[in-house]
Amino acid sequence: MVKVEFLGPIDKAPIEIEAKSLREVSQKLKEDLSLVDWLDKCAVAHNDTMVNSLDIALQDGDRISILPPVCGG
Amino acid sequence: MELHKGSLDTKEIFSRWLDEESSSNYGAYIPFVGTIRAEDGIEALSFDIYEPILEKWFIAWQERAKERGAIVKMAHSLGDVPIHTSSYVSAVFSPKRRVALELIDEFVEDFKANAPIWKYDVIDGKRVYAQDRSTAMDGAGLLS
Repeated sequence: MVKVEFLGPIDKAPIEIEAKSLREVSQKLKEDLSLVDWLDKCAVAHNDTMVNSLDIALQDGDRISILPPVCGG
Repeated sequence: MELHKGSLDTKEIFSRWLDEESSSNYGAYIPFVGTIRAEDGIEALSFDIYEPILEKWFIAWQERAKERGAIVKMAHSLGDVPIHTSSYVSAVFSPKRRVALELIDEFVEDFKANAPIWKYDVIDGKRVYAQDRSTAMDGAGLLS
């Protein structure tokens, strides 16, 4: 299982899903209607490292973070 | 990097940073202060921060600054920050002014674009995500 956490203003509790790659995470999250307005705007981190590819193999216990648009300062 | 609950004590922070580097032989010290403006009826701004990635982002910037003989420092608020007080300060120290002037520009702009911090307007005690003023981070849309 991998844990997916939704940061900042996304009003959604963390979920655990079966996924062997980030591509599978993408496929599963796209089925979640509550995320329709978020996924195209959000960046992604794998175990707290920002990532730019879906071709990332996942291990049991990995964490995926979904980061919506930011505005510090 | 330091995170504080509520408004920043900017004078204390800048004074302390100056003391910390008083014998480091830097010729230039450029501070930046972000202050909450009164607009659109807000009483405060409020901030969420994801610290693990902010820490990594800042460490990468320390390395970039070091390559140019400089150092960067920053402090940010957590939670509510009333108008006319400060939520963000940063600074660059460098041997000469040109590097510091360039770095403070790059550092503050990248901070706005890629530091994992979320801003909310506080109106009548309620937090409203400042979506229209927020920027999608590098790599956004990967899962869509």
